[in-house]
Amino acid sequence: MDAILFYAFAAIAVLAAVVVIAQRNPIYSAFALVVTLCSLAVIFGLLGSPFIAALQVIVYAGAIMVLFLFVLMLLNVRREEEHPEARGGRTLAGIGLALVTLLVLQAGSVLVRSERSPSLEFDASTTRMAEVLFSPHFLYAFEATSILILAALVGAVVLAKKEL
Amino acid sequence: MTPSPMVAELSIAVVNILLVIGALLGLFSLMTWVERRTLAFMQYRLGPNRVGPMGILQPVADGIKLFFKEEVMPAAADKWAFLAAPVVAVSTALLTTAVIPYGPPFSLPGWALLPEWLRGRSVQIQIADIQVGLLWIFAITALGVYGVVLAGWAANSKYSLLGGLRSSAQMFSYELALTLSWIGLIMAAGSFRINDIVAHQAGWFWHWNAFAQLPAFLVYSLAATAEVARIPFDLPEGESELVAGFHTEYSSMRFALIQMAEYINMITVSVLAANLFLGGWHPGVPGVPETLRGFPLGFVWWGLKVGFVLFVFIWLRGTLPRFRYDQLMHFGWKVLIPVAAVWVMVFAAWTALRGV
Repeated sequence: MDAILFYAFAAIAVLAAVVVIAQRNPIYSAFALVVTLCSLAVIFGLLGSPFIAALQVIVYAGAIMVLFLFVLMLLNVRREEEHPEARGGRTLAGIGLALVTLLVLQAGSVLVRSERSPSLEFDASTTRMAEVLFSPHFLYAFEATSILILAALVGAVVLAKKEL
Repeated sequence: MTPSPMVAELSIAVVNILLVIGALLGLFSLMTWVERRTLAFMQYRLGPNRVGPMGILQPVADGIKLFFKEEVMPAAADKWAFLAAPVVAVSTALLTTAVIPYGPPFSLPGWALLPEWLRGRSVQIQIADIQVGLLWIFAITALGVYGVVLAGWAANSKYSLLGGLRSSAQMFSYELALTLSWIGLIMAAGSFRINDIVAHQAGWFWHWNAFAQLPAFLVYSLAATAEVARIPFDLPEGESELVAGFHTEYSSMRFALIQMAEYINMITVSVLAANLFLGGWHPGVPGVPETLRGFPLGFVWWGLKVGFVLFVFIWLRGTLPRFRYDQLMHFGWKVLIPVAAVWVMVFAAWTALRGV
């Protein structure tokens, strides 16, 4: 039962996340992001932390996304136009995306194949956190996540600044 | 045959869901009639009194009329968003009701009609008794704003957009005060579970949170009225300025859905007021024997309280004029939220000093 729910909501989260970037209408993107955040909340709930699940919906889906939508509606943002001059970069971006996807898949397979780490007692000390994060079980996924976040940062800077 | 615990739990949950949703829909149509009749009596009119005895079948007639009306969609509207908005509004309104207990827990009778495993089983009309009940309500109310935002934006009409912006600004301004007013109750009961908060109010009626935490109750009453956009806080649909606010362009069944969401929200905040502040199903006098607190009479106390709160909503509508929009925002941010925040601090200090 839990497994079915997990896969269902994981699929919804991934699909909605794809819609967020693929959709040209900013309002639709914002709503797809709300769907992603809510399905992540369901996954938190399934993992046995209803408190985090509720906070996820209250803070992200509730407060932050409403602000985004407000700005979108007030500025009356129209459909995003296609930029013909951006075509050249596409091949490069595609290769980058393929590499990152490979990295993430590899990280996932490491997570699946490696021994499950011993029971995670709740202990919030920095040393304990570091030990868990840099254990063979989580190391690869952790590093892959950092690369993803770095890519997102670079992307945000490039999108926001027209000329570097 | 005794089914496995999971099947038993699931079947009880399904019955609960059907019961709660059915009761809410019934109460919604009844409320539209009660509200019109009561308002009419307050204003020396008769109100709808033609269909059925005293006009009680008026909601049925209204439903049939709305079914047969043409569904109009503005040409410039965003089709999918326009279709999705009423659905979002109704589903968030219904989701909120899932964690609320409706009346006391009771034992099922030993009738031969029931399957054996159900006889004498202790049940409660509540879909999900989760630990973070109040947080769930915060979360889903926060999502409820999206129905309004989407409806206002999708129609691509000036009145709708302004109405949608007003409603959403009002809803999340007053949500803060609403949330703050609950913190004292959570501290007093030491739990987010609504059942625990009700249990904490047993005994004499001055243990009810409405008396024990009077400032929080006042803040809740005002913020809840604004949250469900009832007069005097119904700025979102100020008809003299905005035609009908965010649902100006909706007609037929979609209009009915939006109305339904609004009424269900109103019923939800009334039930919450009864459960959280007015002692739930406790009669307010200690030492009442179990027979008078449990199955039939517990529901009577509880129902009277819910009915009273619903009546107050109608009473307010018959009595007060509408606020001006800047007054509404000033009142929310400069009066309600500070009062609620100061009360939280005072109550926290008192709790700490008492050493609980």
